[in-house]
This record gives sequence, structure tokens and C-alpha cells, in this order.
Amino acid sequence: MNNLLEVNEVSKKYGSYTALDKVSLQVPKGSIFGLLGPNGAGKTSLIRIVNQITYPDQGAVLFDGTPLNPEHIANIGYLPEERGLYKSMKVGEQALYLARLKGLSSAEAKERLKYWFDRLEIGDWWNKKIQELSKGMAQKIQFVVTVLHRPSLLIFDEPFSGFDPINANLIKDEILHLRDQGATVIFSTHRMESVEELCDDIALINKSKKLLEGKLVDIKKQYRSNTFEVGLDVSDQVVIRSEIEQKFQVSDASFKSLSDELKLKIHLDENGTPNDLLAYLVNRGNVTHFVEVIPTVNDIFIQTVKDSDL
Amino acid sequence: MNKLPLIIKREYIAKVRNRSFIVMTILSPLLVVGMVALVFFLTSANNDEAKVIAVLDEGQFFEGSFQNTSTLSYVSFEGMPLEAAKDSAQHKNYYGLLYIPQKSDIEQVAKNIEFFCRESPGMGVLSGMENVIQRNIRAAKLRDFGVSDQVMKDLERGYQINVENFTGEKKLRGINEMKAVIGGGFGYLIMMFIIIYGAFVMRSVIEEKTSRIIEVIISSVKPFQLMLGKIIGTSLAGITQFLIWIVLAGVLGVILAGVLGISADQLGSQAMSPEATQAVNGMSEGVGENLTPYIVELMKISWGWLLFSFVIYFILGYLIYSSIYAAIGAAVDNETDTQQFMFPVIMPLMLAVYVGFFSVFNNPHGPIAVGFSLFPLTSPIVMLMRLPGGIGEGGVPLWQFITSVVLLVTTFLFIVWIAARIYRVGILMYGKKPSYKELYRWLKYN
Repeated sequence: MNNLLEVNEVSKKYGSYTALDKVSLQVPKGSIFGLLGPNGAGKTSLIRIVNQITYPDQGAVLFDGTPLNPEHIANIGYLPEERGLYKSMKVGEQALYLARLKGLSSAEAKERLKYWFDRLEIGDWWNKKIQELSKGMAQKIQFVVTVLHRPSLLIFDEPFSGFDPINANLIKDEILHLRDQGATVIFSTHRMESVEELCDDIALINKSKKLLEGKLVDIKKQYRSNTFEVGLDVSDQVVIRSEIEQKFQVSDASFKSLSDELKLKIHLDENGTPNDLLAYLVNRGNVTHFVEVIPTVNDIFIQTVKDSDL
Repeated sequence: MNKLPLIIKREYIAKVRNRSFIVMTILSPLLVVGMVALVFFLTSANNDEAKVIAVLDEGQFFEGSFQNTSTLSYVSFEGMPLEAAKDSAQHKNYYGLLYIPQKSDIEQVAKNIEFFCRESPGMGVLSGMENVIQRNIRAAKLRDFGVSDQVMKDLERGYQINVENFTGEKKLRGINEMKAVIGGGFGYLIMMFIIIYGAFVMRSVIEEKTSRIIEVIISSVKPFQLMLGKIIGTSLAGITQFLIWIVLAGVLGVILAGVLGISADQLGSQAMSPEATQAVNGMSEGVGENLTPYIVELMKISWGWLLFSFVIYFILGYLIYSSIYAAIGAAVDNETDTQQFMFPVIMPLMLAVYVGFFSVFNNPHGPIAVGFSLFPLTSPIVMLMRLPGGIGEGGVPLWQFITSVVLLVTTFLFIVWIAARIYRVGILMYGKKPSYKELYRWLKYN
């Protein structure tokens, strides 16, 4: 079994509102899976179904090959987007309570909490009340509580919101570390740069339908346009440019460089290869810059959503 | 693993540790006992000074009739002219002057009696004097008819019908009311408990919503478990508080009574105005003479049964109402939005108590009493008021008791089912105040 989680044709309605329309997903074991989509697309509805907070109207969810059942709750760690803690309860007590709700024994929970509190350097918060902590501090505790019972599936809904860059980085490293230890991570966010950085696989949901799914690399390949960004150091930029324009499809490019060279985006047709282009360019002047334009997740996201809205 | 005990424990500890809960637990009995002590103190301080009334009696009909009481003391101004007496009474700062002129017969005298005073006199003062005058007139008239003193004394005695049931057993007057008061006490207790601790449940649900911890928790436990744990935990905290109140109030009461040197007897007679005491004495003459049959009769109430039914009605009634409270808490975002849903909840409770007090006391087995003791939203209170009369012959018919419990259990299951569904959907809804129509739609969500 290569997929830890399989969502098959899941539909969910709230009254007359369709939150999910026959959505299917495969989340490979040990991957970081990005669940992307604009607000109201149905991400949270899907995540709630995986967490058995609500149930699908149609379709099924398989966890490690077996239909989702209450015993799986102990194998899932969920950090919701709408998250908080009891305001008047002490940090330690509350972490202990939440850990025990996941099925840990008291002793086990204490030991692991100590480990995590030391690791995140928050050991001296144990007896503080949440209302004394900042939002970022509370988020750290929520993170610890989410991962404490060593779930095989971790679901983070906008995990970095509310964190300063330093702590966001810290949490990002922890997530990668957990993945390396064998956990599978589902990661729902709007922050595309963190998707680029972390995700192996992505799925894109818009208006309750899945639009796109697969390995991030494959999707990027699919969206590549055989376009290259080049920098060419030549004496007469205008002449060279018009010369190139006769042979290729050209547009302006902007990238940072040290010299004032000719900057172009060159689009190759299906038969063109980067080597041919490079060979051609080398004969015209000094090539200072030669990079394939890879679509960012952000580009793919915007383009796909736009296309589906048409 | 069953997580219910964990939830109950957390809810209980969170409640019991809450600062306002602790303050209320300690302060309430202090306040109540203090209030009683204050009222007692003020009453006795108020009555401490007997009002002095000058009596100018020119005739002989009322000689020696005005005896000092604890509230009124009389000073004789005999032989003084009226104007001098008025002047003197005013000068000596007496409460007033009672002027009884000289006439040939008592009726004429009574017609011309006058009371002079600074301000309009209190009812107690007036009726105190009026009683004396009235008694004298009556006595004088009867004497005119040649009625002997002995007969007159006999006439003073009241009359009471002996009540027996058809099998010849002696029945005690007032026993029904006494029993209804006992049942009413239980019913009132249930109502108070529901109103206080139901609101606690609601607030605790709202707290989980506003602190946004709810989704974290229900990814670990079923919403129904959470709701149930919350209700049970809160009610255990409530029972703890109630027990502490009872113990604390008892201890404080005893201490206070010891400190102030009040015997129970004194408390009874002094705290009430003399007239009230008189009235009570008159009414309870029969009771006072033979208290034992009453005690025997009250002991005959099957207390085991009564307590058993109390527990049943208490648990079911409380669960019904607190799950409604939980659903309300889940449906709204903050406490101010709860108002529109609260009224329909409180109304049957209020109705039960007032209908109980006015209807059940008079006629424990009348149609209204029966109806309300079967209707599940009022039965926990009203049925308990009827139950001290016993079950079966002469009491609540067995079928009514069974029907009432069956209806209550059915309603309980139904309401908890509805509440759980509203709760489940509501806890994840933010931002808008739902209408009843919307709540109805939530019932149908999967």
C-alpha cells in the first residue's frame, strides 16, 4: 500500500450548499501533501471528514487501506485553522488533557511533553495560563499537542498563520523532521512559497471540485512552457534583439543582474531544445544568464483557478 | 478507550477551580445566614422600644383592660382634663393619647373614643387597641344578656371539625399542605439547580467556541461525548456546591444562633409581629396540642420512595434542560445572543413552579395538577409536589406516575438527540446568529 490516505469520490452537502463534489485524492505515505484552494473551496470540509468530525454524504475514505473508523483518530494529528486553547487553564494541564484525549496514558504524555517543551524551549511555560502567553506562544503549544501522540498522519490547516518568521521556520523544520521520521503530512494553505518549499505532492480544489492533483514536479512539468530567461551581453542591444525576434517568440524579462545586459524571455516551439537556443545565443554575444522559466505554484494556482472559473 | 471520564474530570475541575465559583460557594451561605441574622436583628431592634400610649379613661368600662404588651405600654392619665392630657402626652413625647369619655353605656363610649397622635399611627398599634376595646364591648354586651363568665370563656374556644376517612382513620387538617410544601421544596430545588447549572453548561460551551479550542477537541472525541461530559461534570460541580452550601449554612446558622443567644423558640415568636404570632397560635391550636400525630403522619410518607423519585426526576429533568442549554450555547457565538432562546426554556420551569404552588397545594389531584405532572417539561417539578401524598390509594395513581416517568424518559431521549445534533453543527459555526429555521435545517445535516 503506497497511499496512506485515499479519498474516493467524496461528496458533502450542507443543506443546498455543496461543499465537496466527488473529490478524490491519493496521499502517498511519507509525503508532504499540499491541499490548495481559495477560501471556501472545500478544503476544511474535506479535512473535517478525514478527522471524522463530519461524515461524507457519498464516497469513502480509506486510511492505510481500511475504511475510516474511530480507531484511526489516534493515528491522526490535526491542527485546525480555527484553533485555540482554554484561556484559564494552565499550559501543562491543558496539554496533558488534550494528549490524554488522544489516548496517551498520563505518564507517557508527561514524558513526551517534557521532551517537546525542552525541544521548543518552552519548558518554563508549564504553569502559565494561556491568557498570559502571546498568540505565537500558544501556537507552539498547539503544535506540540498536535504531534504528541506520534500520529502517522498529520494535518495542518494554515500552520504558519500567527507565527513570526523565526518560529515559522522552526515549525517548518519540525514538520520536515517529522516527515523524515515517517509521518505523512497534509498541509492546507494559501501560502504558496511554503508549498514550493515543502510539498512533494499537491492537489488543487476550487468550488468544491478537485482541479489538479499529482507530484509537484510532474505538475510543474505539465505547466512548463519551454520558455527560457536569458541575459546577453552585446554591444548593440536593439539590433540583436530584432535579430532574435525573427527567429523566436520573445518578450521582456526582468531579473537581477550585475551588468546592463539584454534581458529576454525566449519561447521555444515544440522542436526547439535548450541546447539549440544556447548554441545560437553564444554566437551573438556573452551569455550571462540562462534559466528555464519554471511555473511557480502561485502561477499554476492562479491560472487553474481562473480557467475553472471561466 | 472511553474518554468520557477525562472530560467529566476536566469540566469538574475547571468549574470548581473557577474563582467566581469559589467565591459564590463561600459567600452565598454567608450572605443568606447574614441576611437572616440581619433581619432578625433589625426586627428585634425595631420592637425593642415599646411605644408608650397615654390613656385618659373618664369612665369605668375599660378599667384595667389596657395591659402592657411587648410593643405597647400604657400610662394612665386618669383624672386629668383632656386638654392638659393632650399637652402632657405631646410634651412627654408619648406615641399618642387614647381618650375614653364618660358615657352611660359602653356603646356610646366606644363611639366617642378618640386617639390623638403626632403622625398617623401604625396598623399594629391601632389594631392592638381596637382588639382590647372590641373584646370589652363584646363582654359587656354578653354580660347584659346575663351570660356568665364561664360561658364567655367557653365561647372563646374555637371549633374544628374532626376529619376521618371512610375507613375510620383519623385525618389531620393541613397535612396535605404540609406534604405539598415538602414536595414543593424538592421541586423548587430542581428548578433552581436547572437554572443555575444549566446556564453554566451553556457558558462553558460558548467558552469553548470563542476560545476556538472546540475543533481541536472534537478531532479527538465525539461531540456527543463532549456534551455529555460537560453536562455531567458541571452538575457534579453543582452538587458539590449545593452540599457545601447546606453544610456551611447549617454550621453558620448554629454558630450564629449560639453567639446571639437565640433559641429556636424565641426566633419563632419574636421574628413575627404579635398579631401574626397570635394568628398562628390560634390556627395551630389543634396542631400545637397534639403535634405527634403530624409527625407520625409525616413519617408515614414513604421517604425512600420520595427520594427515589426525586433522584429520577432530578436526573432526567436536569439532563433534558441542560442539553437544551448546551445546544443553545453551541448555536450562538456569545452570551448576549442567547436571550431569544432562553425565554422558551425558562417559561415551562416558571410555569411549573407557580402552577404547582397555586394549584397543587389546593388540590393535588385536580386536572391541572395531573396535566402538569404528566407533561414532561413540567413534571419533574409538579409531580414531586404531588408525590408526598403517596402513590396509589389516596395519592398519585400508579398509572399517572408510570406515564409521567415514561413520557419523561421518551422526551429525554428525543431532546438529547435533537440537542446533540444542533450542538454538533453549531460548535463549528461562527459569525452569525442562527434563526429557529436554521436550527431546524441543522437537524437534517449528516
